[in-house]
Order: sequence, then structure tokens, then C-alpha cells
Amino acid sequence: MLYSEKVMDHFRNPRNVGEIADADGIGEVGNAKCGDIMRMYIKVKDNIITDVKFMTFGCGSAIATSSMATELIKGKSLDEALTLTNQAVVEALDGLPAYKLHCSVLAEEAVKAAIKDYYDKHNLAYDEAQYCPGDCACCHMHDHFEEA
Amino acid sequence: MQKMIYLDNAGTTKVSASVKQAMLPFFDEVYGNASSLYTFGQRAKEQLEEARSMVAKCLNAQPREIYFTSGGSESDNWAITAAAQIGARQNRKHIISTTFEHHAVLHTLKKLESQGFEVTYLPVNSNGIVKVADLEKALRDDTCLVTIMFANNEIGTIQPIAEIGKLCRAKKVLFHTDAVQATGHVAIDVVAMNIDMLSMSSHKFHGPKGVGALYVRQGIWLTNLIEGGAQERGKRAGTENLPGIYGMAVALQEVVAEMKTVAERETKLRDKLFAELGKIPHSAINGDRTHRLPNNFNMCFEGIEGESLLLLLDDAGVCASSGSACTSGSLDPSHVLLAIGRPHEVAHGSLRLTLSKYTTEDEIDYVIKKVPEIVDYLRKMSPVWDELQKGERKYAL
Repeated sequence: MLYSEKVMDHFRNPRNVGEIADADGIGEVGNAKCGDIMRMYIKVKDNIITDVKFMTFGCGSAIATSSMATELIKGKSLDEALTLTNQAVVEALDGLPAYKLHCSVLAEEAVKAAIKDYYDKHNLAYDEAQYCPGDCACCHMHDHFEEA
Repeated sequence: MQKMIYLDNAGTTKVSASVKQAMLPFFDEVYGNASSLYTFGQRAKEQLEEARSMVAKCLNAQPREIYFTSGGSESDNWAITAAAQIGARQNRKHIISTTFEHHAVLHTLKKLESQGFEVTYLPVNSNGIVKVADLEKALRDDTCLVTIMFANNEIGTIQPIAEIGKLCRAKKVLFHTDAVQATGHVAIDVVAMNIDMLSMSSHKFHGPKGVGALYVRQGIWLTNLIEGGAQERGKRAGTENLPGIYGMAVALQEVVAEMKTVAERETKLRDKLFAELGKIPHSAINGDRTHRLPNNFNMCFEGIEGESLLLLLDDAGVCASSGSACTSGSLDPSHVLLAIGRPHEVAHGSLRLTLSKYTTEDEIDYVIKKVPEIVDYLRKMSPVWDELQKGERKYAL
């Protein structure tokens, strides 16, 4: 099999799919040209992510990593959610093929982008350095894999 | 367990029952080495030469013009490299091809470019067909080879091979065609079509894997591919894969004999797929609607990505393929769909279904029911589709 059972489970039965109409933060990363776009919605109360939903255009692993990322941050504080790494998403899914790792990077960035949007909307200070510049991660990773 | 529906016959095909039967004696009865002197070995040799005649006849070629290989990729590599060497001897180092060839051709050309050859890649129309006028303009005094596929592997479009052959012959330029997808599916006459070299692969027409052939018109100097024994007129050493070779010959004979009836049936089923799945909003057929292989269906569905569609079809028991990058281990969408002008984001959402003589109408009806459900499901979770629906992004299809 191309994917682990966990990946297939999250692909077949994605958790937290959909939109949140009155979201406190929305993050969108990736681009259609690369074949992956993730959009993440969060509801925040007292610094805790009380609800999270996602929409993804992409391959099986893009859908599975989005789904897993939402599970990993739901109920967590914003600070905790910001520590989510792509490796953590990959491990929770029992691994991904090497050329699909960029999907997990996108999932991490989607979470960060949603939190950044929340901070921006609420005029809260944050450390700029910890966020992706909003560029297309998959294209960066693409170059990276081409070289590898 | 649900029944599997196999619709990836451009990928590979099932070995037909009669081909399998025809191959069996070569494993433990006629297992002699065709290069051996004794009668037992010579029996194998006779069968080998019979297979060569059978293959030649199907193409209107002479038996001595057929070289057995391991398959389509080897045939393509060999033909192009050999033609380039002939060119280099005459100081002609320009080659013409197209942007949407198979990688067996494109990567061989890339290698030749690194060795000082210049390659012109002709564009293809949005319908997936090369314009002969473009070829005519691209031909130069130092052009040594034109290599253009007979039919495209992804979108099935059939190229104007006879016209290309006529032009190349008039201009005294070698013409090779990668006919891996076309052989056994459409009529091929190497003489009438002025084809100098042609590649084919057995497993695309219900023959076994690991065997193919290269046709090289008599009089063309073909370089040795493998040094060693005298097999294949000393040009490709190694004991012949007789079960495979004989299997291929029987398979080719069989598909050529059945061609007309199978093509009619496949076209009917294929057109039903186009008509029904074409009802999905914002979808489009890739490649010319009629100038294509009878068994090839290829469409794009906007707002979704192909791999997800394939995985869900697999869950539904359907073996399908796409131009989707993700399936091939590369992140780029299909170079074929980009070549016919599909934007990247649309090229990611393609579906290729390729039929065979074994495909039934019930199977097609099942696919016609399943595909719209899956496309709809994926669109509902797609931010791209959401943006298209809200007017924040423009529909391409």
C-alpha cells in the first residue's frame, strides 16, 4: 500500500471537515498550481481552540494530514497548537511516503496561518518569525525533493 | 468482497487465455536454446522465427525488420539512440519530437541534448494533435530524426502518422514512432505510412509483460544494443525470451484479427462514459473527441485533485488512473495535459479510464454512477471549489 492504515482512515473518514461560519481565525496555505490547498477555521475561547474545521483540495495525504492536524490541536491552547510540527502529524499518521511529506508541512502551516489570522484580527502581538511567509510551501519542498 | 473493475488497460492488460496457453509449452516442453545446433534447440529457433513473421505480418513489415526487445521503453531508447548515431556520423544533430511524448522518449532525448544534440519539441494543439505544418517548418538540413508517438498514452489522441511519414520520407529524414499505445488498437502499415522505426510493447495488447519489439526498415543501420552472442542479428545479445516473444506474437495476431469488432464495442462504451460523465458540471474531455484510441477516456473535473478521486474509486473497486502527479511520485501535473493547454490546477484533477475487450456495459454503468458521487463529495470539501462557487476564482472549464 502507498499509505498506512491510519492515513487511509483519515482520508476515508476525515475528521472536522467543513467550515465555521463565525470563525475567529482562518488560514489558507498552498496553491492550486501545486495541487494542494488547505484552509483551516478555528474558534478560540480563553486562548483555547474550542473548535476547528478544514477544507482541502489535494491528494489523499493532503486530506489525511489536514484531518490529523485538526485532531491534534482541538482543545489545545494557542501556544500548544503553535508547537505542532509536521513531524508530529506524520508520526501520528504512522508515516508518509517521502514525496508526500510536503503535505504535512502544509498542515502545520495551515494551523499557524489560522492562529496568525486570529492574532491579527484581535490585534494581539506575536512573534512574526514563527510563521511561514505565506509562500507556497509545496513548491519549496518540491525543489527540495528534486535535489534530493 | 466486491468485484474488481479494471479500467487501466493503457497501463497494462490481462494476458488473454489463448495467449497464456500458447506460451505454456515454452516453459517445459520447447525449452531449448534457440542458438543450439541440435534439433531440440532448432525447434525453439523455428518458433522464434515464426513469431517474428507473425509480428511482421501484423505491421506489413518483413520478418528481418523485427527486433525483439524487453518492451516499449527499450525499443524507444534503442531506436532514438541509433538514429542519433546515424545523424552524428553525417554531422546532422537536430531531432524533432513533441512536448507530449512518453518519458521513454523524452528522457532519451534529454540525454542526447546533453551530448550535443539539439531537439525541437513541437507543440500540440489543444485537441492533442500535432500539426504537420509545424513539423514542416521545424525540419532543417541537419535534422536526422523525427520521433512522434502514434497515439498518446494519456489522452489517446492519434497523430497524423501517414502524413508525417510521407513528409519525412520526402525530406530524407528518419521517422520513428512510439506506437506502444496504438499497436493492436488501430491499423498500422509501416510501408503505407512510411514509418522507418516503430516501438511496441506486448503487455498493452493482452500479451505478457517484459517483451516488445522494434521495427527497423531494412537498409537502416541499427547500432548494437547489447554486446554478446549473435541473437537478434548480433545487435541485441542474450538468450531470447521465447515464452514472451511467442506470447506477444499470438497476442498481436489475435488483437489484429479482432480489431474492428473490439474497437466498435469499446467506442460505444467509451462514448457512453463521455456522454454521462460529461454531465458533471465544469468538466471537460482531454484530447480530441474522435481522433483518439477507441478505448481511451480522459476528462478533467475542476476543483478536485486526481489522486483523491483514484483512491476513492479504488475503494469502490475501480482501477483507474490519472494524469495526476501524485500517483507517479512527482508533484507536477501531467506534462501531457499541460501540453494541451490545461492550467496546472485543472490538470491535477484528471481521470483516465481505458477499456478492453473484457470491459462490460454493467461495469461502465457502475462507474457512471460512482464518479459523480465521488466528484461531488470531494468538491464539497475543496476550498478551490468553494472559491469557484463564490465567484472568488474563475472557472477554467
